Amino acid sequence: MPVDIDIAKVAHLARLALSEEELVEYAAQLQVILEHAERVQALPTDGVDPTSHPLPMVNAFRPDEVGECLDRDLVLSEAPDAFDGQFRVPRILGE
Amino acid sequence: MTDLADLTIADAGAGLRAGDFTSVDLLEAVLKRAAVTESHLHAYLTIDQHGARAAASTADRELAKGDDRGPLHGIPLALKDNMCTKGVDTTASSRILMGWKPPYDGTAVTRLREAGAVIVGKTNLDEFAMGSSTENSAFGPTRNPWDTSRVPGGSSGGSAAAVAAGSAFGAFGSDTGGSIRQPAALTGVVGMKPTYGLVSRYGLIAFASSLDQIGPFARTVADAVSLLGAVAGWDRMDATSIDGDVPDLACSLDAGVSGLRIGVVTDLMGEGIDPEVRAATSSMVDQLADAGAEIVEVSLPSSEYALSAYYLIAPAECSANLARFDGVRYGHRSAVEGTTEDMMSHSRAEGFGPEVIRRILLGTYALSAGYYDAFYGQAQRVRTLVRDDFAAAYGQVDALVSPTSPTTAFPVGARAEDPIAMYYSDVCTIPSNLAGDPSISVPIGVDGAGLPIGFQVMAPALGEERLFQVAAEVERLAGFTLRAGLATSEVVEP
Repeated sequence: MPVDIDIAKVAHLARLALSEEELVEYAAQLQVILEHAERVQALPTDGVDPTSHPLPMVNAFRPDEVGECLDRDLVLSEAPDAFDGQFRVPRILGE
Repeated sequence: MTDLADLTIADAGAGLRAGDFTSVDLLEAVLKRAAVTESHLHAYLTIDQHGARAAASTADRELAKGDDRGPLHGIPLALKDNMCTKGVDTTASSRILMGWKPPYDGTAVTRLREAGAVIVGKTNLDEFAMGSSTENSAFGPTRNPWDTSRVPGGSSGGSAAAVAAGSAFGAFGSDTGGSIRQPAALTGVVGMKPTYGLVSRYGLIAFASSLDQIGPFARTVADAVSLLGAVAGWDRMDATSIDGDVPDLACSLDAGVSGLRIGVVTDLMGEGIDPEVRAATSSMVDQLADAGAEIVEVSLPSSEYALSAYYLIAPAECSANLARFDGVRYGHRSAVEGTTEDMMSHSRAEGFGPEVIRRILLGTYALSAGYYDAFYGQAQRVRTLVRDDFAAAYGQVDALVSPTSPTTAFPVGARAEDPIAMYYSDVCTIPSNLAGDPSISVPIGVDGAGLPIGFQVMAPALGEERLFQVAAEVERLAGFTLRAGLATSEVVEP
């Protein structure tokens, strides 16, 4: 299957601000890796179920109880910017 | 006289209890060793002298009172720097987490502290555990203590190098596609990946959640058993941890292999494997036969597709896991002006290194609309085929064996520009991760250049008892007592 990568779109989806030169370089590298991955496509897998997890477990439930949690000030002390007990970010909307 | 830093955990523990030396003595011995070796190796990113000395003093007081916490009590250990340690820098070797001090301990770390272990420091890794050489670290590469012009393997190369060089008695790493076993093989130590779910991943910075597993590095199989025993078992903080009995780990160490059926994986003994590695592996198989094992040739036909499937599954999961690094709650925030989205995109591009960016892009692409089934879905179906192959093999044999790594330690820089060549380093180790099964590397000899060769033993899920039984016999048969050049006294003594 031909590999046609819209690398700028992929970089946007991944929220990575890359330069034009970087995009060209990464696109070429992904091309090589995906060509290698084409071997996987060639394998017949009709009727084979996908494995998403190696253990035969579906869900792990526990009672919904109030427990200990991390100290807010300790957590915020590691934030790049915090104000009034909250994380602070730049403006959300563009001009 | 033997330098204390060269003792096994078992001998160090016996000496502590006999009053021959103290935990503080053991710690000072590894700190002294590190002071000499670190300028050559760069195994550690952080050495926590203050915290380690306090823990060693506490251990000495407790042991003096007869309050014995078991085999790791008072033993200095190293932890891979993707394991969260409260108040101690945890970077995953990434610029994006430089200076981050976690507000909590991971479960494995908590259990090690409860077992009385002394945490010396945090070891270098490929950024976010993505790599096979410990060259992809934002803080510079780790070198191999057997030959400092060569890599120690990866991604847990710092932990492997520390144990090989004597700057820790044991260590922990994480294994997603071979990141414990391959560096263990390249540095001549024992490295083990437990059954998926046996050790809690809470507080392990996630790379590929369906594959990641914490496991030990040690100088002997028995020491690896002690290390795993301290951290194994169900944890309410990890929904994928196994809620059931922990396998008996140590009871079969002396049982030998007589009467066991051991399968040699023929698919992992082909031309992609270095001839010297193949010869050493075959020789050990012959010795196992002489020791009473019945040897069977086994094929895992889908294993040739495992590598390609892994390099779709792992990047896909990493692209989702690493979305959390966005400059909002912790880590690097870009100074570029703009909206929050601009801040996030620039923080990530500035904070992640090239291999991490490459895998995030690959994973994002493989999960994007229109490609999901062709890439990720198909890789997951191949994963089923790999598991079916293992299940069929374990219908015939008790354990499987192969080389751990297709080559011995390669020169620094040799594969840095060729991602596919680097990815091939994990061809023998990846199948066990896809299957979720336990696997171990044991050193069995050296090649013509004097570099260690690792022998891999694999067992079915929760088959740790059988795994360690075979590994202990391999260790006895190999009689591997060589030590890395940097751990020998003539280099270490100033």
